[in-house]
Amino acid sequence: MADTPLQVTGKEPEAPESRSASIPEILIGSAKEAVLRVQEYSYLALQSVTNVFSGPHYVQDILDQMDSIGVGSLPIVLLTGFFIGAVMVLQTASQFVRFGQTSLTGDAVSLALVRELGPTLTSLLVTGRCASGIASELGSMLVTEQVDAMRAMGTDPSRKLVTPRVLATVLVVPLLTSISDFIGLVGGCVAAVFSLRLGVVQFWTRAIDALELSDIMQGMMKSIVFAFILSTVGCYKGLTVRGGTQGVGRSTTQAVVISSVLIIVADTFLTKLALYLADKLF
Amino acid sequence: MEATISFRDVRLGFDEGDIVRGLSFQVFPRETLVLLGETGSGKTLSLKMAAGLLRPLEGEVSVLGKRVSRMKEKELLGFRREIGFVFQEGALFDSMSVEENVAYRLREEMVPEEEIGPKVREALRFVELEHAIDQMPSELSGGMRRRVSIARALITKPPIVLYDSPTAGLDPVTSQTIIALILRLRDTYGVTALLATHRLQDGFALANFFFDATSNKVLSNREKASRSLPGESNTRFAVLRDGRVFFGGDSEELAAVKDPYLKRFLV
Repeated sequence: MADTPLQVTGKEPEAPESRSASIPEILIGSAKEAVLRVQEYSYLALQSVTNVFSGPHYVQDILDQMDSIGVGSLPIVLLTGFFIGAVMVLQTASQFVRFGQTSLTGDAVSLALVRELGPTLTSLLVTGRCASGIASELGSMLVTEQVDAMRAMGTDPSRKLVTPRVLATVLVVPLLTSISDFIGLVGGCVAAVFSLRLGVVQFWTRAIDALELSDIMQGMMKSIVFAFILSTVGCYKGLTVRGGTQGVGRSTTQAVVISSVLIIVADTFLTKLALYLADKLF
Repeated sequence: MEATISFRDVRLGFDEGDIVRGLSFQVFPRETLVLLGETGSGKTLSLKMAAGLLRPLEGEVSVLGKRVSRMKEKELLGFRREIGFVFQEGALFDSMSVEENVAYRLREEMVPEEEIGPKVREALRFVELEHAIDQMPSELSGGMRRRVSIARALITKPPIVLYDSPTAGLDPVTSQTIIALILRLRDTYGVTALLATHRLQDGFALANFFFDATSNKVLSNREKASRSLPGESNTRFAVLRDGRVFFGGDSEELAAVKDPYLKRFLV
């Protein structure tokens, strides 16, 4: 023992200082924590992107996630897309009928779906299904030390766990949005034919003619941004779980709530940006 | 002799306050240091700092001559090849089979598939779980999970193995199996180990027994002396209390202590 700093000390350890914090201290502490969380999230989100440009890449994990997020979400996206399109036709037609302009229904539904409802609703559906799934899966891995085990074996969790999920979501959500838009128009067409007695050709002609490239670009841009938000928030909440299995449940809920709110807030700014760009570029 | 693992005045804490306060110890080559302590005394944190999974707020952690506490995460990812880590509950990847878990590190290192198979089988044979190669972690018992975790840690034959409470929550018979495995790993490959536990009997077993490769049995040190068998492995103890070393010494010194706090471990 002589050559090691290990010694029999037998000394009682000093008790840590305990003092209750004042209100300003609590407020400053909370503000600092909030800033820290934003910083951590931003860093993780940035890392998920920069990882794409350097190896190693986990292609199989990306494909697995695309299957889980994309193919897995398809049934709910199809079902809700169809009925959203149908209900849009019924609602807009009830207004147009007062002016005898029911033929404009195709224009309105098509624009609303492609620009707004398609990307937003699809992203919110994927958020409910996948942001929660990502947060709970990564959270469970964290509390069972699987994330630490991964790091201990020389794997960067942001590469193995975060980037494949973010990349897969960003790739599949625009595809799901496109499918949702089309199925929404099919639903709208069915409602228009049976409820308003409009012709199929008339509906589709007006729906397609109303669309411009800028509308499709707007929808796609939104779906990419929303996918990025929902996947990065899901990963961040999963990898910052505190408080064991109870914390996993809390993080899962927070992932859905935060992603949904951020998507809707981002939608406002993206709409403004898209309209500005459409005005300038197209 | 240069220490394989060295902690100097290490401090680490979270929002709730400091947990490790001025921790200092050294582990020399082929030596096993048993970190004894109650829950919350900083044992697991010490292991995680040794592997660079956590960074100390103050002080210095050196492993194999490298200042782990100052290395960047990118450098650490490569460096951790030298360290095997056996986590408390095994920390096996749920979504992967036993084979995939054990082969994980090799596949990460792009080792050709034809080399992976024999290595995985060898590691699983070492922990006597070759038959479970295709099973999923959820199908395994607690003891089997720890054994797979040991196989996963030794797949790259690291010079250092860190064990985090390897027998926690296991029945006495299974605990003995795990300890025998740790002895075997120590005496077969000559690894330097840091073992965190709250069970003194685990530490005494490591100090008083050894694995004899010729008879393939665990024998007591007395037998080693009487049969003048070769092999030198030293086991020391460090009792942690409130985040620092409260006692350091070998098994005889620990058995002879009079301190009431330390005596609680001996009961």
